[in-house]
Amino acid sequence: MELIVTSYCHIHEKKVVINDRLVFYNENILNFADFIKSVYKQEEINYPKFYKMDSLSKLGFLAAEMVLKEKPVTGYDSDAVGVVLSNSSSSLDTDIIHNDAIKDRTNYFPSPSVFVYTLPNIVIGEICIKNKIKGENAFLVSEVFDGKLLVNYVGGLFLRFGLEACLCGWVELLGNKYESLITLVEKADITSRESATGFKSLPFTIKDLNQLIEHN
Amino acid sequence: MEELIEKLKKEVIEQLNLEETKPEDINPDSPLFGEGLGLDSIDALELIVLLEKNYGIKIEDPKDGKKIFYSIRTMAEYITEHKK
Repeated sequence: MELIVTSYCHIHEKKVVINDRLVFYNENILNFADFIKSVYKQEEINYPKFYKMDSLSKLGFLAAEMVLKEKPVTGYDSDAVGVVLSNSSSSLDTDIIHNDAIKDRTNYFPSPSVFVYTLPNIVIGEICIKNKIKGENAFLVSEVFDGKLLVNYVGGLFLRFGLEACLCGWVELLGNKYESLITLVEKADITSRESATGFKSLPFTIKDLNQLIEHN
Repeated sequence: MEELIEKLKKEVIEQLNLEETKPEDINPDSPLFGEGLGLDSIDALELIVLLEKNYGIKIEDPKDGKKIFYSIRTMAEYITEHKK
């Protein structure tokens, strides 16, 4: 079974690249909160719940939205679409915020809406809720971007769990340091190899994933 | 009461991250949940924290929540009656 990357979105260092096109860059934005809000507004995504998400979920959600805007998965059964994401800091960014709210016993006001994001896989939940995706999913944690882990894990899901499409990639964030690469992986024999915007699909290989994250 | 209602609107917007909502968009008599602001169960917990943190009011019986958090006005009335 040949798997291909039919769409991708790479967000880092104040820029957003979708399918080889630079769609956002603003060197004057200093922090992640302002950056991601600017991208959200530019992309005209009308989803008020976005503002309630933690930073990690905002990053992953927005990258996934842009991937799916280029190449929707609405033609597949919801059970046949999976999501496999990874990072190195897990949900540490939000864990720190939660810890700050509970460390002083005399001023102890944990926020329920912060607490619910103290797991990295919540970002997958946000993507699935918005896009009605119900297939297999996993959030993997590794020290650095591990293309081999993703290719092997996602390949296994296609083979054994009947996936026909999968959002797959890296969503890393800690403070104002962030990077997200989300790809859409599909079977070569049931999808077109070129998107409506002219992006030619890539093989879903370790080498190609590494190139995407290193050369954008 | 009207002053407290305006203050509460701002606090609710901030606490619940309702970035696209302005105080004047909130009718103090409209339901907060369901059709009104479309708040969810996590928002309900945030409102409980807001009452405790900003007004020192602890809701002892969770069943009272439905009545207290019906609208901004019912919240304001409850605060006025129970503020320490």
